[in-house]
Amino acid sequence: METKNIIIVGVGGQGSLLASKILGHLLLNEGFDVKVSEVHGMSQRGGSVITYVRFGDKVYSPVVDKGEADYIVSFEILETARWLSYLKEGGQIVTNTQQIDPMPVITGAAQYPQGLVEKIRDKGIKIDAMDCLTLAREAGSQKAVNIVLLGRLSHYFDIAESSWQNSLAANVPPKFLELNRRAFEFGKNFGK
Amino acid sequence: MKELMLGNKALARGLWEAGVKFISSYPGTPSTEITEEAVKFDDIYCEWAPNEKVAMESAFGASLAGRRAFCAQKHVGLNVAADPLFTLSYTGVNGGLVVVVADDAGMHSSQNEQDSRHYAIAAKVPMLEPSDSAEALAFAKLAYDISEQFDTPVIIKMCTRVAHSQSVVETGERVEHSKPYEKNIAKYVMMPGNAKRRHPIVEERTRKLIEYAENTPINRVEFSTDEIGIITSSTSYQYVKETFGENASVLKLGMINPLPVELIKNFAAKVKRLVVVEELDSVIETHVKSLGLKVEGSDILPRIDEFSQNLIAEKFGKEISSGVALDDVIPARPPVMCAGCPHRGMFYSLKKRKCTVLGDIGCYTLGAVPPLSTIELTLCMGASIGATHGFNKMLGAAAEGKTVAVIGDSTFIHSGMTGLANVAYNQSNSTVIILDNSITGMTGHQQNPSTGLNIKGDPAGKIDLESLCRAMGINRVRVVDPYNLKECDTAIKEELAAPEPSVIISRRPCALLKTVKHNPPLYVDKDKCIGCQSCMKIGCPAISMKDGKAVVDQTQCVGCNVCSQLCPKKAFISTKEA
Repeated sequence: METKNIIIVGVGGQGSLLASKILGHLLLNEGFDVKVSEVHGMSQRGGSVITYVRFGDKVYSPVVDKGEADYIVSFEILETARWLSYLKEGGQIVTNTQQIDPMPVITGAAQYPQGLVEKIRDKGIKIDAMDCLTLAREAGSQKAVNIVLLGRLSHYFDIAESSWQNSLAANVPPKFLELNRRAFEFGKNFGK
Repeated sequence: MKELMLGNKALARGLWEAGVKFISSYPGTPSTEITEEAVKFDDIYCEWAPNEKVAMESAFGASLAGRRAFCAQKHVGLNVAADPLFTLSYTGVNGGLVVVVADDAGMHSSQNEQDSRHYAIAAKVPMLEPSDSAEALAFAKLAYDISEQFDTPVIIKMCTRVAHSQSVVETGERVEHSKPYEKNIAKYVMMPGNAKRRHPIVEERTRKLIEYAENTPINRVEFSTDEIGIITSSTSYQYVKETFGENASVLKLGMINPLPVELIKNFAAKVKRLVVVEELDSVIETHVKSLGLKVEGSDILPRIDEFSQNLIAEKFGKEISSGVALDDVIPARPPVMCAGCPHRGMFYSLKKRKCTVLGDIGCYTLGAVPPLSTIELTLCMGASIGATHGFNKMLGAAAEGKTVAVIGDSTFIHSGMTGLANVAYNQSNSTVIILDNSITGMTGHQQNPSTGLNIKGDPAGKIDLESLCRAMGINRVRVVDPYNLKECDTAIKEELAAPEPSVIISRRPCALLKTVKHNPPLYVDKDKCIGCQSCMKIGCPAISMKDGKAVVDQTQCVGCNVCSQLCPKKAFISTKEA
């Protein structure tokens, strides 16, 4: 199989490391070669962060480049727009619609662009957008945004539900498993 | 068992399997996780040292005692540890000694992108360079065999994309190694007479290591075509394979110093076009040219920043996609001080007093970005104090009354103490502010000698910063709470005015520490808020303006109350009171 690419983007501290950990675990168990590239250090302090997940028969590079991502999984809508050029033609976006103002917007030096979901859709790009923060809160914790997003992503993968559940259970603490299972369901079944 | 493993974790696993007994490191991105993962193995003694030099010397002490030993640091950390490294090349080792240096091409979290391969050449020690997690694990084990066989420290060079990428590894079991300590003055006492006898041994060792490099399986040829041959290593190898697949022959070098001669000549003879693909400096390329071979490299590839598959493809004239973009201007999202960061109040106070602030390495470097824009210098670990001393000595009273050094607790212990010794000894009228957040913050919360806890979080020795500064001869030492703006302002004013050296310790633990208990978040009483934006001057990511009024993001606010001290209308209210 040709290598497939996922980028996970968001604001430092939003929980993308756990999302990539679960994805890596899942894809390895499905028999793929997998590489995951993470960001540590200074960028984690509220900056824009990107994590790369690649899988296939044999994966060489640990990073995804512009025009290469089959999927963009985004924790924040401005970040979706920022990393849009990484999407491959025909690729799929799964995004949280939450807005987190970056410092230039907070200080008034820049404007937060509006109507981003529509603008992306108008380019003919497949974008699945939802308010993951509200869904995560309904599931029991605002920290579960990452799991809501994964639930939604699972919708686009030909991988058995039980495999996703196994990887979820292997990577979240047992006392939060029920909450995360709910968050996963809310994401997966959004709009139904 | 097959597992997906971070490069740094795989390297730590390799250390464990190699029977390593002792690890001493100072944290630094992207090397930190090696030591953090190694400490999870009960049969390795691990510690955070005050700095990289002490770490390397301690690791050598363990090697001298006959045990396999290790230290890790980032590229700039090796500058600090360079002094022991160069002479350890002469003494050689007893138990195997391996050193990791983690480069940061692209400067994801660093102040420069120096290429550490030069250290291996200059210190005349072997250097291995893994290209993924499986090699990180395997090379860690191999490095100990080389170290003991050739009686030399061995450097393993990591880079951000190997250190912080997960790939598949197969793990093995631990094998114990130890040797007795034997007194050997001629080998270990590097006074001129002995060192003169050791230097020829070093040169002879290099000759033998070149022979090793000719035959080691970690330098391998993947031959597929005679059209183009690429010599490469590390993560560049992955980009080359991604781009060319079977359409280029590759000489993949796992050992980067010393470099083979015959292997390269033979490879060059088999291909019509020879190219070196290496990040940063032209180390391999210079060597290949020195063999009299025609080779491309720096003429087509950049010597700055990290590579990627697209970059390689583009430079070799292949078509690449640049993707789709929106017409909107996307505002940048630079890293910021967290909501509730204890550094914020002190920086606001320094800005208000229009101070010249010479900074240091840590989260507080973010004091240089808008809206605080306060720090005017960031150079290297500890430099804030030395630079303030020299600055004040030259500019006198005009500078002394408004210039401060700011340095974190961990950075102060690392190499700020010696700067303060200079201030005390040579008596510059300098004011040093130690931003004591009681942790090494930027690298992800490591303990240090001033926190009273060790790498495992267990009770340890604790350096009392106030007593230390006083013992050095600083008479004016005071502690302030950076959440209290009035207290900060008074301290800055008085210490800058005092006609002698002074230290202000700005003490409050990092707001992200799990042990820190937060106040309930604040909210803005919309009727009281007049939209004056006074609260916006501190650059808190939890505060923004909506429809002319301040709004607090309750998911971020930790109730530090710094904003409410700036509000003329007392519009910030605790949700506890509501």
